[in-house]
Amino acid sequence: MSDLVVARPEGLYCPPGGFFIDPWRPVERAVITHAHGDHARAGHGHYLASRASEPVMHVRLPGVRLQTLEYGETLRQGDVSVSLHPAGHVLGSAQLRIEHRGEVWVASGDYFAAGERDDPREHNRTCAPFEPVRCHCFITESTFGLPIYRWAPQDAVFAAIDAWWAENARNGRASVLLAYALGKAQRVLAGIDSSIGPLIVHGAVDTVTRAYRAASVALPATQLVTEVSDPSVLRRCLVIAPPSAQRSPWLRRFGDLSDAFASGWMQVRGARRRRSVDRGFVLSDHADWPGLLRVIAATGASRVIVTHGFEAAMVRWLAGHGYEAGAFATEYGDLDDDP
Amino acid sequence: MKRFAALYADLDATTATNEKVAALTRYFRQAPEEDAAWAAYFLAGGKPRQIVPTQLMYALACERAGIDAWLFDLSYEAVGDFAETVAHVLPPPVGQSGLGLAEWVTDRLLPLRGADPATQRARIATYWDELGRDERFLMNKLITGELRVGVSKLLVQRALAQAFELDAKRVAQRMMGYTDARATPSAARFRALVSASEADGNAGQPYPFFLAHPLDVAQDELAAHLGPPADWIVEWKFDGIRAQVIKRAGQVWIWSRGEELVTERFPEVASAAASLADGTVVDGEIVAWKDGRVAPFALLQQRIGRKVLTPKVLADAPVAYVAYDLLEVDGADLRDKPQRERRALLEAMLVRNPAIGLSAMETAESWDALARLRATARARGVEGFMLKHRESRYGIGRRKQEKGGGAAWWKWKVEPFAIDAVLVYAQPGSGRRASLYTDYTFAVWNRMPRDASQARDYVAAVARREAPSADALQLVPFAKAYSGLTDEEIGDVDRLVRRTTVEKFGPVRSLAPSLVCEIGFEGIARSARHRSGVAVRFPRILRVRADKPLHEADTLISLQRLLLAGQADGASGGC
Repeated sequence: MSDLVVARPEGLYCPPGGFFIDPWRPVERAVITHAHGDHARAGHGHYLASRASEPVMHVRLPGVRLQTLEYGETLRQGDVSVSLHPAGHVLGSAQLRIEHRGEVWVASGDYFAAGERDDPREHNRTCAPFEPVRCHCFITESTFGLPIYRWAPQDAVFAAIDAWWAENARNGRASVLLAYALGKAQRVLAGIDSSIGPLIVHGAVDTVTRAYRAASVALPATQLVTEVSDPSVLRRCLVIAPPSAQRSPWLRRFGDLSDAFASGWMQVRGARRRRSVDRGFVLSDHADWPGLLRVIAATGASRVIVTHGFEAAMVRWLAGHGYEAGAFATEYGDLDDDP
Repeated sequence: MKRFAALYADLDATTATNEKVAALTRYFRQAPEEDAAWAAYFLAGGKPRQIVPTQLMYALACERAGIDAWLFDLSYEAVGDFAETVAHVLPPPVGQSGLGLAEWVTDRLLPLRGADPATQRARIATYWDELGRDERFLMNKLITGELRVGVSKLLVQRALAQAFELDAKRVAQRMMGYTDARATPSAARFRALVSASEADGNAGQPYPFFLAHPLDVAQDELAAHLGPPADWIVEWKFDGIRAQVIKRAGQVWIWSRGEELVTERFPEVASAAASLADGTVVDGEIVAWKDGRVAPFALLQQRIGRKVLTPKVLADAPVAYVAYDLLEVDGADLRDKPQRERRALLEAMLVRNPAIGLSAMETAESWDALARLRATARARGVEGFMLKHRESRYGIGRRKQEKGGGAAWWKWKVEPFAIDAVLVYAQPGSGRRASLYTDYTFAVWNRMPRDASQARDYVAAVARREAPSADALQLVPFAKAYSGLTDEEIGDVDRLVRRTTVEKFGPVRSLAPSLVCEIGFEGIARSARHRSGVAVRFPRILRVRADKPLHEADTLISLQRLLLAGQADGASGGC
């Protein structure tokens, strides 16, 4: 039987289904795993995505022809049937299951699964948690596919953010936490102790946060900096802004501030220093090394195709552990960006 | 260990000196003395010999983590630090150690040295299981002996002084020998370090340094400003480390201008100065010294960064001390005597005992003649002239004196060559700068761009990966520069490199040109091996010219002009 997903210049393609998965060049039919810019690009003729992703898809790609599926709902596409399953990465993120004459392939998109064991305390609280799907071939991301990446319990990370914020507030300065506007920012909002002080969000974060609230994700009250009338708020608030805001004029209004970056990359001391922020909090929306290995095992797949990240390391590890392993070159998540 | 790990994390989290000192001060006040003793030792650069071979730790870490060596190696590539890689790959701890730093070092780590490998492996595995990631990282650092956290000995001294309300110079004196590999820190030694008692005296105290001002006067106005050259002592200005050498009570102290005690870093100077009479203080310059002459500062830099001076370092980068002033003789302060008298006393002293070098004086009839002589500075490996008024006293700091043309000490330097060049390639540095883009290649235009839009068209073509034809307008690489930027600027340039990358060739990235920097260098010579036709000596970044549009960067013609000027200058530029 021939492969259900192949690499084409436009992106990953399903020949019997006649559609692309998260293509990076304009195509007629695209299945979108989640709304991050490197996966959900503009310019395709027709989009298929999860129902849960609808609010954020509308924010990111207003006006596109979007068809949605509930998680687990099956749809016929050409000669295959497809369904979407929670990936735990951001609101609406999905794995794509493709079935063709009894053969099942799953493309993971980006997913979040932490630790050797599935622990509900470590689930992403702002979206449906990752669910492993049995398949013959699993296409997995590998953003943090090295054994140096093991996430600490998330509550310990949120407690560290709280302590940093509270200390700054005591010293009369703003805490600026740089976090990806879609997903990470909301995870921070859902995780921190909002009783410490006022919460201010950058405009880019605000738009997405509204979409999350529209999808009934419980998040604490936030305000835009333009809505602040009491200047003392600026000296004790937690500001959540996208990484691009670092050293921007937008931040000047906060005067003396402490800045931090929330990302899995902060695990490594060198990366933290390179970022030139006061603090680095290791908070990722991607699977860590034990999470990747656990998920791959749970799919029951005998064949694994690795995409964006540390492909070479994962492929070699998998091949050494009895898997039929290969890699796809994709244009997702350049390591220099901020997943 | 927990408290020390927390201190380390605090120090690591900030680049601000004040915050580092504050964190250190808090730690020294709160930590038990025996722990503080070891912390001061490690942070000030103390290094026990490697306790366990790295190879053993490497194999053990792979085993405990359940990974193959190749996967550890890939992980190490991503982390860039052995101790940290080990800390990351190990499985989570099963217990928690409450032992302090001193107990960890003296009861657990040091006894591992010389133990049989099986014992070493068993103990290290147990210890790893008791520590969280940050503490494990530190334990590994202590074992491999390479703790570095951007804290200098000077900063530790400042923090100790602040924590115990002492004079930092006194702490510096007391700290001499504290980080010797043979000396073991202890609560008693720490108490002696921070004792309020002044019984240890002031023997090693330096005088405040008298500093020179840059001379910014046109050549034809020198006589009007300074009077006749005969009023001045004219000496070559060395590119070295300004230092006072003190010999009192049978002991030698060497203080750098930053009031940092550097005796241990320049053992050859210290031993030479041991033969000076008690009650002597000399002011002068520590210079790199090779083949009977001053060598470039770059050579001296190889010494400055080293915490451990191996025989190889001492042999590769030898130093000498060149004296130019005498501040104390027989315990008497000479600073109020005129420069000419101090000079005469210095010469007399060094005639009796030529233990250290003497800075040569130059004389000439006119300022014009001196200016001509100054033009040979590059060839001599010096920076220009120092002018000191014959009647001037030795002042304090940069304060001006009423007599002798405003200030009594002037530095009259030759200008470095400078070129505005465009950043075209970048590659990561090593060590602390691993995977940070710090090594740059700069280029100049092959001819002057017609205007901004022609330069923009070229940049757009580069971004499209189009190779220009041989005679078209283009940037021609001419120099690599590794230094000259602050950490913050490096961060900015690093981001710019990542943002403007066009292609990656191994570690090297080619860029869409966007940044102009002023590149300084000390010499220039023709070179058939370089596409630009020239090779430059000691290029470095003088400043980032974010204000300068690309089309205003210099050209090959500008380099040719410097080449001609450089030859007239006497710079032979052997690259």
